[in-house]
Amino acid sequence: MLENAWIIPAITFASFWLILFLGKRLPKHGAEIGIAAVGAAFVLSCVAVAQWIDRPATEMVTAATGAGEEHGGAGEEHGAEPEEHGGAGEEHGAKPEQEAGHALGQVRILAAEADGEHGEEAEHEVEPIRAAVERNVTWFSIGGIDVTVGTAVDGLTVVMLFTVTMISLLVHVFSTNYMHGDVRFTYFFAALSLFTTGMLLLVVSSSTLQALFGWELMAVCSFMLIGHWWEKKENSNAAMKAFLTTRTGDVGLLVGIVTLFFAAGQTFDIARINEAALSRGVPQTALVVGAAALLIGVIGKSAQFPLHTWLPDAMAGPTPVSALIHAATMVVAGVYLVARLYGVFWSAFDIGAGGANPVAIVGGITILIAAALAFVQRDIKKVLAYSTVSQLGYMVMALGVGAWTAGIFHLFTHAFFKGLLFLGAGSVSHAVHSFDMKADMGGLRKYMPTTFATFLIGSLALAGLPPLAGFWSKDEILLGAAENGYRFFEVLGLVGAFMTAAYMTRCVYLTFFGEYRGHGHPHESPPAITVPLAVLAVFSVGAGFLNAPGFELFGTLTENRVYLRAGVPHHPFEVFPAVVSTVVVLAALALGYLLFFQRRLPRGVTSRNPAARAGYGLLVNKYYLDHLYTGVIVGSVKGAIARGAYWINQKVIDGVVNGIGIASKRAGGWVYRHVDQEVVDGAVNGAGFGAEGFGGILRTIQTGRVQQYGALLFGATAVLALGLVIFV
Amino acid sequence: MLVNQFLLLGAVLFCVGVYGVLARRNGVLVLMSIELILNAVNINLLALGSLQGPQAAVVGQVFALFVITIAAAEVGVGLAIVLLIYRNRHSVDLDEVDLMKG
Repeated sequence: MLENAWIIPAITFASFWLILFLGKRLPKHGAEIGIAAVGAAFVLSCVAVAQWIDRPATEMVTAATGAGEEHGGAGEEHGAEPEEHGGAGEEHGAKPEQEAGHALGQVRILAAEADGEHGEEAEHEVEPIRAAVERNVTWFSIGGIDVTVGTAVDGLTVVMLFTVTMISLLVHVFSTNYMHGDVRFTYFFAALSLFTTGMLLLVVSSSTLQALFGWELMAVCSFMLIGHWWEKKENSNAAMKAFLTTRTGDVGLLVGIVTLFFAAGQTFDIARINEAALSRGVPQTALVVGAAALLIGVIGKSAQFPLHTWLPDAMAGPTPVSALIHAATMVVAGVYLVARLYGVFWSAFDIGAGGANPVAIVGGITILIAAALAFVQRDIKKVLAYSTVSQLGYMVMALGVGAWTAGIFHLFTHAFFKGLLFLGAGSVSHAVHSFDMKADMGGLRKYMPTTFATFLIGSLALAGLPPLAGFWSKDEILLGAAENGYRFFEVLGLVGAFMTAAYMTRCVYLTFFGEYRGHGHPHESPPAITVPLAVLAVFSVGAGFLNAPGFELFGTLTENRVYLRAGVPHHPFEVFPAVVSTVVVLAALALGYLLFFQRRLPRGVTSRNPAARAGYGLLVNKYYLDHLYTGVIVGSVKGAIARGAYWINQKVIDGVVNGIGIASKRAGGWVYRHVDQEVVDGAVNGAGFGAEGFGGILRTIQTGRVQQYGALLFGATAVLALGLVIFV
Repeated sequence: MLVNQFLLLGAVLFCVGVYGVLARRNGVLVLMSIELILNAVNINLLALGSLQGPQAAVVGQVFALFVITIAAAEVGVGLAIVLLIYRNRHSVDLDEVDLMKG
């Protein structure tokens, strides 16, 4: 499977056409083809994972040692590596007409180079890693350059394959019920298949050009799926917004690809680009320009500040689509691209040096901005959307501070719990026919126990409560930031973790606790919906252990040559930062509990929920006093101590708690109104109005009469001809 | 051989054609005027070709043949369009066909 990884996207691509042409005639209207295809892709991905685990670690890689000048000196030892790789590449570049260029399906495996040559560098503790499996065929030759397409499979790839196909499979199953009876049911499944194809293609591709194909395929599919119910104007507007915003970023991506193509010696091959960047064989200016341009593409695709505005609007699409977009595809494509071309970013921004760099700054800002926004949303999906933006900020920041493994590990775990949360929100909306938490939800845990339990697990995993999945990955990011000299970003991450836990408490409260505020009778969803939820819940609990201390399977599996060549530092688990982040999360949960559970519902929750009473000492105390005061002592002994304690409770503690709550809510509201609505939207709208005004001027000459156009044409030609005769 | 007369004929034909294209309202006549323009070009090709000697003359003639072929195809498409316009609107007045007005 490792050498034939192209089969996986090919299956889903075939499924797209089959559903399109045959879907309507089948009993399930095409859903069965989609599920079978993605199921097959999932099985094959599992096979790929197993084969990767079995693959012997043969490749020796030494770090390219930071400073570029030293490379020449130490080049003898290192020489073997880039030589070996460059040699394989030159077969394509220098003599395209010979065997390498035209041998279709030629398998190129980066083999072992484990001689004694590395002996002198032994203090680097060189350990063998699993070599990436590459396979390229020539797509076309132009101007002596062979442009190849192919697959490059390494640990990162198989992890992504597994995640994407699994989430996609569950989303497919979920959709059979959720979209049941939809007017474009078949079309929906076709688009889902194509969407998955796009992501898989991106994941397995060995060249930037090919990655661009997958990237754009996803953009088209997200447009189709977000605007699935295009009859409503706002939905089609949201689709348009998503498409155009990501397109803005894609300009950067294209510029970046072309820049790197020339900078790295006219190649689209990702491995060669990384190698060139790491061995400092590229002018620094070109590298910085290329990396910055790529970063713009990432900002658009992964919804980083300031291009994040499309993502909350994208909630207009059907909920399974939101789950797919947010969990495994589309938005993580940007993060994946950074991880894949890490050598470029590493060298261009000097990530190893520990100064602030654009990648980390963008990620850090995004964490806070989006988390603040999540507090003021009424729509459950928008809370989750902003949460996704914030979590993507974590991933980008992790990559920016040199915590490579942590970043992609967070991507991996986030896929599970965010997919779970979105599908859970879909299940809720399936029951109450709305997304408005304040108007139509509340108290749903009684009606939907399975959805409630899984949603709660997802929320706690997102909040980062040990030992759920989110804890391990978030903790690794914070640890990496601290150890690599990015203290400031560690603090940012902690603040973000605090906010995350608080807003998820609010979200859970509004949805599942209190009194039911909607109409009709909510009911638990059928198995097609709850089974995917349960599966994802299991992974949300367990996925974190893959990289738990002492085990670290994930980190070992995803080690690749770029990671090692760059010398990305690896930090073992440490207790203290983990304790700190746990305390922060617990504090946020407690605060959220006080804020949201208590203010709205002074008695109900704690009197009904013993677990909550046991867990939150402060609250229990207060309630105890409250009951004591109002229920037992009122009218008899109005004890001064009780009154004083009550006064302190009411004025001081409540004042502080409410004050913080109100302040953070206002801050969130302010950011939303001013930064998001005015500055960012203003700039976007301004561009739109400018174009419209200019177009208004131009339209006056568009009379629609062909002959007038012809007259202009002839007139212009005559003037030019006259000029030619006179002046030349 | 004097080449002026041919070039003059070509120029006259060309001007007639341009006038027809720009000024006539009837779609069919506009198409015919385009043919005039193309034929003016053909005359120029033949005349200038034979001016350069027998070998260039052949080149010019072949070129003209190409132009004639393209012109035939173009007129086929053009007439089909005019026919459809007529079916839809019962008129071939080009001033009425301004759906592309901005």
